[in-house]
Amino acid sequence: MADTHTATPYGLAHHFDDVEQQREAGTLGMWAFLITEIMFFGGLFLAYILYRSTFPDDFAAASAHLDWKLGGTNTGVLICSSLTMAMAVYHSQTGNKKWLIICLLLTMILGAAFLGIKAYEYHDKYVSHLIPGFDFHWTGHGSPKHVEMFYYLYFVMTGIHALHMIIGLGIMTVITVMARRGRFTPEYYAPIEISGLYWHFVDIVWIFLFPLLYLLGAHIHH
Amino acid sequence: MQVSVPFAPDQASTYSGEVDALYGFLWALTIGVGAVLTILIIYFAVKYRRRTEDEIPKAVEGSLKLEVVWTVIPFFIAMGIFTWGASIYYKRYSPPSEALDVYVVAKQWMWKFQHLDGQREINELHIPVGRKIKLTMTTEDVIHSLFVPAFRLKMDVVPGKYSSIWFQPTEAGRYHLFCAEYCGTSHSGMIGWIDVMEPSEYQSWLSGGSGEALAASGEKLFQQLGCVTCHRSDGQGRGPILEGLFGKEAALQGGQKVTADEAYVRESILNPKAKVVEGYQPIMPTFQGLVTEEQLLQLVAYVKSIGKTQTGTNPAGASPSPPNKMGAAAVPTGPPQTGRSGGAEAKKPR
Amino acid sequence: MESEVQNKAPRTHYINARYGLKSWLFTIDHKRIALLYLASITFFFFLGGLFAVLIRLELLTPKGDLVQAETYNRFFTMHGVVMVFFFLIPAIPATLGNFLIPLMIGARDLAFPRLNLLSWYIYVVGAVFTLIAIVGGGVDTGWTFYTPYSTTYSNGNVLLTGIGIFITGFSSILTGLNFIVTIHTMRAPGLSWFRLPLFVWSHYATSLIMVLGTPVIAITILLLAFERIAHVGIFDPKLGGDPVLFQHLFWFYSHPAVYIMVLPAMGVISELVANMTRKNIFGYKFVALASIAIAIFGFLVWGHHMFVSTQSVYAGMIFSILSYAVAIPSAVKTFNWTATLYKGSISYNTPMLYAFGFIGFFIIGGMTGLFLAALGLDIHVHDTYFVVAHFHYIMVGGTIMGYLGGLHYWWPKISGRMYPEGWARFAALVIFVGFNLTFFPQFLLGYQGMPRRYYAYPDEFQVLNVMSSAGASILGVGYLIPMVYLFWSMRYGPKAGSNPWGAFGLEWRTSSPPPTENFKVTPVVTWEAYEFSPVEETEVIDISTP
Repeated sequence: MADTHTATPYGLAHHFDDVEQQREAGTLGMWAFLITEIMFFGGLFLAYILYRSTFPDDFAAASAHLDWKLGGTNTGVLICSSLTMAMAVYHSQTGNKKWLIICLLLTMILGAAFLGIKAYEYHDKYVSHLIPGFDFHWTGHGSPKHVEMFYYLYFVMTGIHALHMIIGLGIMTVITVMARRGRFTPEYYAPIEISGLYWHFVDIVWIFLFPLLYLLGAHIHH
Repeated sequence: MQVSVPFAPDQASTYSGEVDALYGFLWALTIGVGAVLTILIIYFAVKYRRRTEDEIPKAVEGSLKLEVVWTVIPFFIAMGIFTWGASIYYKRYSPPSEALDVYVVAKQWMWKFQHLDGQREINELHIPVGRKIKLTMTTEDVIHSLFVPAFRLKMDVVPGKYSSIWFQPTEAGRYHLFCAEYCGTSHSGMIGWIDVMEPSEYQSWLSGGSGEALAASGEKLFQQLGCVTCHRSDGQGRGPILEGLFGKEAALQGGQKVTADEAYVRESILNPKAKVVEGYQPIMPTFQGLVTEEQLLQLVAYVKSIGKTQTGTNPAGASPSPPNKMGAAAVPTGPPQTGRSGGAEAKKPR
Repeated sequence: MESEVQNKAPRTHYINARYGLKSWLFTIDHKRIALLYLASITFFFFLGGLFAVLIRLELLTPKGDLVQAETYNRFFTMHGVVMVFFFLIPAIPATLGNFLIPLMIGARDLAFPRLNLLSWYIYVVGAVFTLIAIVGGGVDTGWTFYTPYSTTYSNGNVLLTGIGIFITGFSSILTGLNFIVTIHTMRAPGLSWFRLPLFVWSHYATSLIMVLGTPVIAITILLLAFERIAHVGIFDPKLGGDPVLFQHLFWFYSHPAVYIMVLPAMGVISELVANMTRKNIFGYKFVALASIAIAIFGFLVWGHHMFVSTQSVYAGMIFSILSYAVAIPSAVKTFNWTATLYKGSISYNTPMLYAFGFIGFFIIGGMTGLFLAALGLDIHVHDTYFVVAHFHYIMVGGTIMGYLGGLHYWWPKISGRMYPEGWARFAALVIFVGFNLTFFPQFLLGYQGMPRRYYAYPDEFQVLNVMSSAGASILGVGYLIPMVYLFWSMRYGPKAGSNPWGAFGLEWRTSSPPPTENFKVTPVVTWEAYEFSPVEETEVIDISTP
């Protein structure tokens, strides 16, 4: 279709008038998608805040058992990955293919590091019998039932976040391959920009998850 | 206000007439609005029917004045209906203090009623005409909803919490009781009867009943479960004195206050650490799983029955409770309690 | 594809541009995708209708005699699930909206054609899950999936059905997202916001709800699924949770979902009323903005489903007053449609008959909404047949009347053929009569006290139930007639010109059926919405008209 038009600018789909319109549509589309994501996570945040305020002590006790150092490290890792992502967008605009690919690879490495640390944390919870519904065992302070609910919400929230990270890594892989094949130009870099929006969003979700799950009133009793 | 409308069930409670009046008014409004619009539409449709295939009518601009008129007038009508509806509703959730208590436990698929005097009934409830009746309800399994069309009465019965509703039957008779919230296979079989009796008949029905009073059963449980060892009436126990507590405000650790109502007593038995009374330790174990919903209600009835006696020092504040908003203080979601852990029952007063 | 269209005979259009199953299953043409949706939702409409027939048959007699109670419970659940998630929500947006929005705004396609196709596939995958659940014995929770019944007590296929709805939700999100972006970025030059057809406005409002609301039901169903599988979670009181939280989350989506169903129908009615009277909609801007107001207020009223759920009495009051607020823009629309008739040139064609029917049903459906929003009255009618009647007046009387009216009106554009007018008017009349006979008695039944979802009922409710079942049989026939003659007309109907109605709007300025790229040149809009002028003066943009 689009390829049959010889006069069509590079990368322009058949139904758009010009590249500008296409870029605008892509960006707006991603923003709209991110709003649905906010609503999606919003339901979870609402449930978490509701029960956190209903069972403050039990949730605080459960939260104290999370390793805030690992969580903090992961926060740093994600912030760095957002920086490298932003740099990737910059280099795509200036047409610097080499640095574009380096930045994308760095972003992916940091993303993978995040998932690695997360996996380590999950394993730790598995060893200490803190997987809800799966031989859950709690001897510490607080009602086990409510601690289990905390861990349930913890796993659902961080699990869905990790799923978004994995999807992000998939997108980054595609973008990197495309970049290697020289598919982007200073005029046509919208896919990188839009993937970047997604990546930043996933980071921001973590920026909210970290204090809510790991920090908020967690170390009062210790 | 007594208005009777067609296709309405019997009017057998003080709510019936009120609800029917609003219902009748709304149908009148609906028919009025519907008739005006229908007549206009038919009139226009006939008068301005297309006469030639290619006719183009002159454009008519909108009219700001009209838009304002048909926004503002419906708005005020709507607010009027809101006020009317809300006033009926509000009254229902301000329970009178002198109401006759009946405890209800729903389960798939039956209604169990317990009277204060000990009578227990299944799918049938006997009450005297003219008395205000307060139902305190919970369920052993899924959500049910108690619905008595003749009383224009309905309230959900939610697991894990007490809901309550009050009403005043005005006509003796036998009225249908339905479950209105879908609850599984025999939902439509969860039907019973409310027998509204003349006071004299009711008295003879009561005396024909057997079994001990609800509070007495509760007291027995109170002994059996060992509650009595800590909650001593002489103030020497490790838990707060329960005599004279019910219906009053209790001061909690952390400065909060709570009204000692049915929901609070229930919560304190099942989740003692949720709201600990000021000056006591959170040492009471949970009785979750150890008492059934019916036994819980007996315990509540017992605590309520000793609520009027004024023995020893009253650990709780003494202000009478404000009207309980909606008979359902939630066990889990209630208003966010910032009050820290603890049970209403706990250790020695300092 | 395009070059073919440009070089070949003028009769090439989107339907005959390519042949073969693959050309349909891999199409990215919004018009073809609309037809894929049309076929899918028609299937589900009749499947849901079949369940409705079985329900009405069982309710002919007070005793439960046709099927077992458990089977009946599955019937009404599957009726609700199929009708709500697989018919009513996609009904107008995914078919008429998909087909018409690019045409109405002078675009060659939606902004994301591949996403559009993907959304149909997602719908199909969700549908397959749900169909497997139905074939495998169905589900008996009611379409509302209230906890803890759904998580702990039901032995139906809750998971499979839930997964089906979860997946289908993403199809809805993608459709909404696509519409929003398309309407923002792809309008033809000169087509400013207040020149847009009201159909587009109402779809914009609908899309906002799809994008904002659907994710919440998705996460809710996910939490429900975890709770059912692993017995950990936040809804069951045995786990420390609160079942009423589920109701809040569920209705946060499912109330606005009612507006996903009815707003597009309102958009259709605006088009029908304007074009069948050849007049600008009276108070165009108010009607346009009323759609947005409904979308916004629609998000603030979910608690009116929970007046007796143990929600706090003050929350109940706030939700009640907001519910009255959302009634105002709906009323404004009705008044404006009526005022549009004044000094118009009113045609009695089938689409207009559906528009009249819609307005009539919507008055009753909307006014009975005022009954339900009145706190003190709702206590009595909540969860009775009064509610059932009310939402059928909105969803069936409103949405399906709008859908059928729109389908007839744009049928010449979609198929290139006219439907048989006489049969169509007859069917519209049958539906009107059948509908009223089916659902009006249910208002009375509800006030008399018959609870909904009852398999057997006390004898005093029988007369009205028999009336309702009788009406349903008429209604069922009414729905079958258009199905037959529309199919028939695809082959035998008289050919339609590009603008058989003398209607206004960009979609009528291209041939019927339109070419794949919709317009040969991008139209430049120099006129206001519904600025009717004699047909010969109307510039036809696509000169390839047959």
